[in-house]
Amino acid sequence: MTNAIEVRNLSKRFSQFQLENVTFQLPKGTIMGFVGENGAGKTTTIKCLLNLLKKEQGEIKIFGLDHVEHETEIKEQIGVVFDDLYVPDILNPTQINNIFEKFYNRWDENFYVELLKRFKIPFKKPVKQLSRGMRMKLSIAMALAHHPKLLILDEPTSGLDPIVRDEILDLFMEFIQDEDNSILFSTHITSDLEKIADYITFIHEGKIVFSKNKDELLYNYGIWKGTAEQSMELPEHAKVRMQKNAFGVEILVDRKEVNSAFTLDKPSIEEIMLFFVKGVQP
Amino acid sequence: MDIKLSNASEKPIYEQITEQIKQAIITGKLKPGDSLPSIRSLAKELKISVMTTKRAYSDLERDGFIVTFAGKGSFVAERNQEFLREELLRQVEEHLSKAVQIAKLAGIEGKELIDLLSMLVEEELE
Repeated sequence: MTNAIEVRNLSKRFSQFQLENVTFQLPKGTIMGFVGENGAGKTTTIKCLLNLLKKEQGEIKIFGLDHVEHETEIKEQIGVVFDDLYVPDILNPTQINNIFEKFYNRWDENFYVELLKRFKIPFKKPVKQLSRGMRMKLSIAMALAHHPKLLILDEPTSGLDPIVRDEILDLFMEFIQDEDNSILFSTHITSDLEKIADYITFIHEGKIVFSKNKDELLYNYGIWKGTAEQSMELPEHAKVRMQKNAFGVEILVDRKEVNSAFTLDKPSIEEIMLFFVKGVQP
Repeated sequence: MDIKLSNASEKPIYEQITEQIKQAIITGKLKPGDSLPSIRSLAKELKISVMTTKRAYSDLERDGFIVTFAGKGSFVAERNQEFLREELLRQVEEHLSKAVQIAKLAGIEGKELIDLLSMLVEEELE
């Protein structure tokens, strides 16, 4: 088994929206950033993975096993974090421990306590009195306490300040020190991804636009800027996407097809996304 | 071992890592047999992707700077003079080929380019 997650041709229809042939693989031992604007289908895809929403078509395998047939077995080995902590808000972290240790065979109370201490989360304060950053950190501690092999997180860093985000990224890197562990996290904060993600999967209007090695994205593409006339000098087959503005054109190009004498800017993940969404085929 | 990464640099992160480790080996800061941090712990320390450090290490291994033993980790390879010369030669070739490409774009002919190089070499030797 080399993939932690395998999704093939996943489709799901709603009245206003549909997931269409969503396909991607998360290799074991790696981190994948799942990006797209709000409403692009990130949460729907994650809910399908977890069988919280029934898929209509396609195949989903987690640890090489069918996600419905082996649901219980798989869920023992997954830690899930949603965009907020969904537990009754009168509970405090100690009470949460007492409940969760009954759910999971491998719940590790010592590890949970260690994480709470490290994050400075008060044991006796009800969840409703915790800040958003605290709630997210508690949520991640809860997801890690049964030593999962796969972390699935939906927007774990959105709405958090840079310091908390950094602490969370540190925790991800610690988790991934075990090469059997993998992480899928959705986000629209691309700067977080640019640091630690191995793969970027970009979803737009329910379809996967690309699912690629991050370094390949960042280093194989370049941004050329100039006038429409100057752009004629670029080889046609090197042009990937184009954006026009009042003063000229910007073209996303395949670096290796362009003579190194042309000046190219290094793109960011965000810029690449914008080229694919707002730009046109040259 | 110090590694400084710059996002402003034109060079990919993995190349910045390989260059700095190569430099440390060439200057003797890292000695043959010295152990290197694991791929995963280096990624964690530098807070970058595991694939990036993996790529850096496999490039270093390909170029003969380090050796990796499964389960034990990566170490600085025993080096010899010829191998160092080869690395420097590779760098020379890289720069020259860039010069050739720029010349091509400017319509400078091969002969003119060679003359220019001979002149530079002569100046250097005087």
